[in-house]
Amino acid sequence: MGRFNQERAPIYEALEEFRRNRIVPFDVPGHKRGRGNPELIELLGQQCVSIDVNSMKPLDNLCHPVSVIREAEEMAAEAFGAAYAFLMVGGTTSSVQGMVLSVCKKGDKIILPRNVHRSVINALVLNGAIPIYVNPDMDSRLGIALGMKVSQVEKTIRENPDAVAVLVNNPTYYGICSDLRSIVKLAHAHGMKVLVDEAHGTHFYFGENMPVSAMEAGADMTSVSMHKSGGSLTQSSFLLTGPDMHPGYVRQIINLTQTTSASYLLLASLDISRRNLALRGREEFRKVTALAEYARGEINRIGGYYAYTPELINQDSIYDLDQTKLTVNTLGIGLAGIEVYDILRDEYDIQMELGDIANVLAYLSIGDRERDIERLISALVEIRRKYSRDNTGMFTQEYIEPRVAVSPQSAFYAEKESLPLAETEGRICSEFVMCYPPGIPILAPGEEITADILEYITYAKEKGCSMTGPEDADIERLNVLKEIVF
Amino acid sequence: MELWFSEPHTPNVKLSIRVDRQLYSGQSELQQIEVFESPEFGRFLVLDGYIMLTEKDEFIYHEMIAHVPMAVHPHVKKVLVIGAGDGGAVRELVRYPEIEQIDLVEIDEEVIKVCMDYLPSVSCEMRNEKVKIHIEDGLKYVRSKEDEYDLIIVDSTDPFGPGEGLFTKEFYGNCYKALKEDGIMVNQHESPFYETDATACMRAHKRIVESFPISRVYQAHIPTYPSGHWLFGFASKKYHPVHDLDAERWLARGLETKYYTPKLHEGAFCLPAYVEKLLRKVEVHG
Repeated sequence: MGRFNQERAPIYEALEEFRRNRIVPFDVPGHKRGRGNPELIELLGQQCVSIDVNSMKPLDNLCHPVSVIREAEEMAAEAFGAAYAFLMVGGTTSSVQGMVLSVCKKGDKIILPRNVHRSVINALVLNGAIPIYVNPDMDSRLGIALGMKVSQVEKTIRENPDAVAVLVNNPTYYGICSDLRSIVKLAHAHGMKVLVDEAHGTHFYFGENMPVSAMEAGADMTSVSMHKSGGSLTQSSFLLTGPDMHPGYVRQIINLTQTTSASYLLLASLDISRRNLALRGREEFRKVTALAEYARGEINRIGGYYAYTPELINQDSIYDLDQTKLTVNTLGIGLAGIEVYDILRDEYDIQMELGDIANVLAYLSIGDRERDIERLISALVEIRRKYSRDNTGMFTQEYIEPRVAVSPQSAFYAEKESLPLAETEGRICSEFVMCYPPGIPILAPGEEITADILEYITYAKEKGCSMTGPEDADIERLNVLKEIVF
Repeated sequence: MELWFSEPHTPNVKLSIRVDRQLYSGQSELQQIEVFESPEFGRFLVLDGYIMLTEKDEFIYHEMIAHVPMAVHPHVKKVLVIGAGDGGAVRELVRYPEIEQIDLVEIDEEVIKVCMDYLPSVSCEMRNEKVKIHIEDGLKYVRSKEDEYDLIIVDSTDPFGPGEGLFTKEFYGNCYKALKEDGIMVNQHESPFYETDATACMRAHKRIVESFPISRVYQAHIPTYPSGHWLFGFASKKYHPVHDLDAERWLARGLETKYYTPKLHEGAFCLPAYVEKLLRKVEVHG
């Protein structure tokens, strides 16, 4: 038993109390419990708009919490086994930026895998730190980047002893885990902090037989997307810290970019979701794992598809696998993942979490039903029957090693010019290009554009991947640094 | 004391039936199951608040879902019935001696038990030796079958709740695959009259048209279903529902029916103008 009774939800309770007291609002928000905007009530319901309120004494203040929010944060810290927990309302993007900005500054080196989320490199644009990429192993059959090998991290640390931190993606979007404990040990031995992008790993803290969580592995900071597998509202998240981080300093960093009007809908949803997982998480995630297990077995019996199974675990670049994830490689039926993703949505009314060049991913969570899984499996059977084709010439390679020429910040703010895609080879890109999802950069500001990269962009566009990042939304042109820079 | 069962047919219309007593009420893993006894309709089965069948008018539904395809297909040996835990469709099918096997797939075992206990006139053939009962999700059952059945009867509940999967494109496609090269699928097709039902009806028709080369719709009058005007789908790989109707052969069987006749069979495919228009809308692709 911890210090707290996890059955409590202090923010939620304070909101209930607040509602009972029928406070007269002469403060913002201006809709005043929805009265000024009846259409909002119609859309969201009275219950919802009446707790869309502003910070005030009985409800505490996220920028400087002293009462119910502070208590909710301490309770979350206990539930997650962290020294401190910050409630975040700007998505896990804000948590990731909070981590990066807390440990490095302009000119500092930070070691990270290339398959990081855009939010990490965005943070580097903000603070001017230099990315040192660890090449992740690629699995050419699966068409995805794997975890960070300890040996690769060690090599990178040796080559960059002045780096201040190591950032690990754990698990990746596809559920691949690195050997977090060893990486933490290694980094700490060299005086580096360890940050973890654990956006897809909330359930690691509550489920049984899950891969090790960042806090358990001894990481210094981690970003946990409570709204993904944890069940809270979209845009709510946690930033967790270990014992060697100063919570007061981290709070100052967060407050640099965080809203001063945090939504109580988001805060309360974090509070009650934390309560739910602390009390019932083990049972809930047992069901999710069983559902995923069942789906994997059925899908792998169809033929042509490959749903990732624990056999992939290799004690190194796939140190562990998140078994609640349902990632299905589709190359065996001659279709790109994104094509299956589109057919599922357009023809079968099934929305997947992501489709890339080689895979589709179903995000299973505490809200899934068996009968919906049956629909997905049956639709995959049909897609194979109706659409499968010869699979020669399918592109699988997705990782292209970046060549960092200048820091993301200098590239982003440098003098630049816009060129047609075909004329950009050999130039230095000043903007991002990525497939979204998963939002992992193909090009980041400051990187050289190569022939391989151009070929990949063209192929991904043809297959219908949603490409984002550049100023030119159609990605016919890219912004590159004016030659004068170097 | 007056006791009435009411079912909303739209937010603004409801059907009420005077009830003598409630015979059964229970919650299965999937749905609320109830059986009532009424002076006008006899016993009736209710799932999640919706009337599934009454003793008085179930013959219309079950005769129309079973005899229409049986009068068209010349040699039905193996039949798959999905849903239909009440046993009504099976009762009609076992009257055909050439049928060798009927696989009945019902997702909710409780429905079968309750119907066997309280609706014997409907479930009377469920223990017939030709009938094999599978307690399983119909969608799951059918996806592993290929080139196996002459006839598939989809006797589903409405397209919300546990029956949802039986109105999907993946389900109809898998049924196509499970049928032999001259197989027929008949399905409960909702009503064209009230807006919500009509939308479901159009969606189902669109999905079936995309999956089968021949796809026609026929109608029947069922007093206790919303609007009383109900549709069935006839989807087929080879046989046309009217041109391939062998009336003489069917009449020669000497089966006694209360609703179905080969003459009515032909007429049932003549639809009101507004229904034809509704269906045509989704028949053109794009």
